[in-house]
This record gives sequence, structure tokens and C-alpha cells, in this order.
Amino acid sequence: MALGSAIMVVISRNPVHSVLWLIVTFFAISGHYILMNAQFIGIVNLIVYAGAIMVLFLFVIMLMNLNAETEPQKNKWLKLAGVVAGGCLLLVLVAALKQAEVKGKVALLGTGDIGLIKNLGKALFTDYVVPFEISSVLFLSAMVGAVVIGKK
Amino acid sequence: MLIERYIYLAIALFCIGIVGVLARRNAIIIFMCIELMLNAVNLLLVAFSKMHHVAGVGKSASAGIDGQLFVFFIMVVAAAEVSVGLAIIVMMYRNTHSVDVNFLNRLKH
Repeated sequence: MALGSAIMVVISRNPVHSVLWLIVTFFAISGHYILMNAQFIGIVNLIVYAGAIMVLFLFVIMLMNLNAETEPQKNKWLKLAGVVAGGCLLLVLVAALKQAEVKGKVALLGTGDIGLIKNLGKALFTDYVVPFEISSVLFLSAMVGAVVIGKK
Repeated sequence: MLIERYIYLAIALFCIGIVGVLARRNAIIIFMCIELMLNAVNLLLVAFSKMHHVAGVGKSASAGIDGQLFVFFIMVVAAAEVSVGLAIIVMMYRNTHSVDVNFLNRLKH
């Protein structure tokens, strides 16, 4: 399901349809997180990605009134070259994985409590408190940057 | 669930993102494909964190928790990146009345 909707993101002509398919993809990925009992990450993925970021994309597309416009098509050969390059990368990665020694390792579904918000919060505010503060500064600078760029 | 299946799923999602970046010209769709690649990496990190948790559960109870915290930080950085990038796209649309990335090769000449 995630793969099908991800392919639809790439091939749909209308940007609004593309955004909606991307939301379906994010829901499928969140389902995987919840299956792996990483509940906090799953919920944050839904709220931040499917909620906030996708609404931002939709807002920009509607603002620029792009939804009915057909984009000028790229050269057929260039497009084919892009698909071939992506396929080659897929082939190389799968071939590399065939050599790797990950056989038989399992990721248990539905058990374990490291994904719960209590344990994650405890680790976040003890071992990772400095990166947390740095990310808050990053957010502040991104906000200032977006306002400055948008004001021109 | 075997870890290889998650690795294959993440590889496929990542390659779909790469194809989207290479084959499309709309700047917004290129941006969404970058988000798709970030999400593939996030999925792989969570799967590996669960795998590490299974492997190291005897040594410490919170083995593998780092992977999920990295996913959290990746989401934070992605949100900041999206806000700035969309501001840049809006400004570019105001200047050129198009979101076609081929207009941006003006730096060449």
C-alpha cells in the first residue's frame, strides 16, 4: 500500500493529487510504526507530517493556483534517464543487501516498550538534552529565515 | 517480521523518491519526493532500533532507544527545512510566475 501510493505521488499530473497520495503514504508508514510498537513516533509522524507539513504544501499549491495547470513536460529521454538511474540504484542496493549479514535478524512486532512516550522522554531529556536545545535554536532560525524570505 | 523486508520496503521507497526528483520538473513535487526519501530513512531507523532492542535486551532495558530519538530529530529538521524551502518556492514563483526548476539555470549565463 505504501509502495503503490508512493508511485502515485510521482506519476500523478496534478500536484494536489500528488499531495493527497503522499498523505496516504504517510498513513501507511505510521501504520508500520504502530505495528512495531513505536507509538510515539507513529503519532508524531501523523501529526507533524500528515497534519502540518502536508497542509502547508496544499496551502502553497492553492495559493499559487497550480492545481489545474499542466506542467510543461520534460524531454522524454531525460525522463527515461531519470527512471533508469533510479532503477539502477535500486538494483545496486538490493544486490548489496544480498551480500550483507542481516539474515535471520528479526524486529519483533507488538512487543517492547522503548517506543512508549515515557521511556523516550526520559532518554530525550537526560542523554539528549543538548541536541534538543540545539534543535530549538534551529527552529527559531528557520522561523526567522522563512519570515525574512517571505517578506521581500 | 524479518528485518530484510523492512530494508527492501525502505529501499523501494527511497528509489521512488530518487526517480521523482530526477524525472519531475515541478519544484513542489521535487520537494515532496525529498520528504518521501526522509520517511524511508525514518522507517529503516525504527526497524533497526527494534532489531537492536531484540539483540541487546539482556544488557540494558533501553537498548535501541537511540534510533527512535534520531527519527524524532530528523522530523524536527525536516519541519524546519520544509518551512524555509516553501518560502523560497513562493518567492521564486513571485519572481518568475512558474515553479519550473528549469528557469533556475539562469545562473549559468
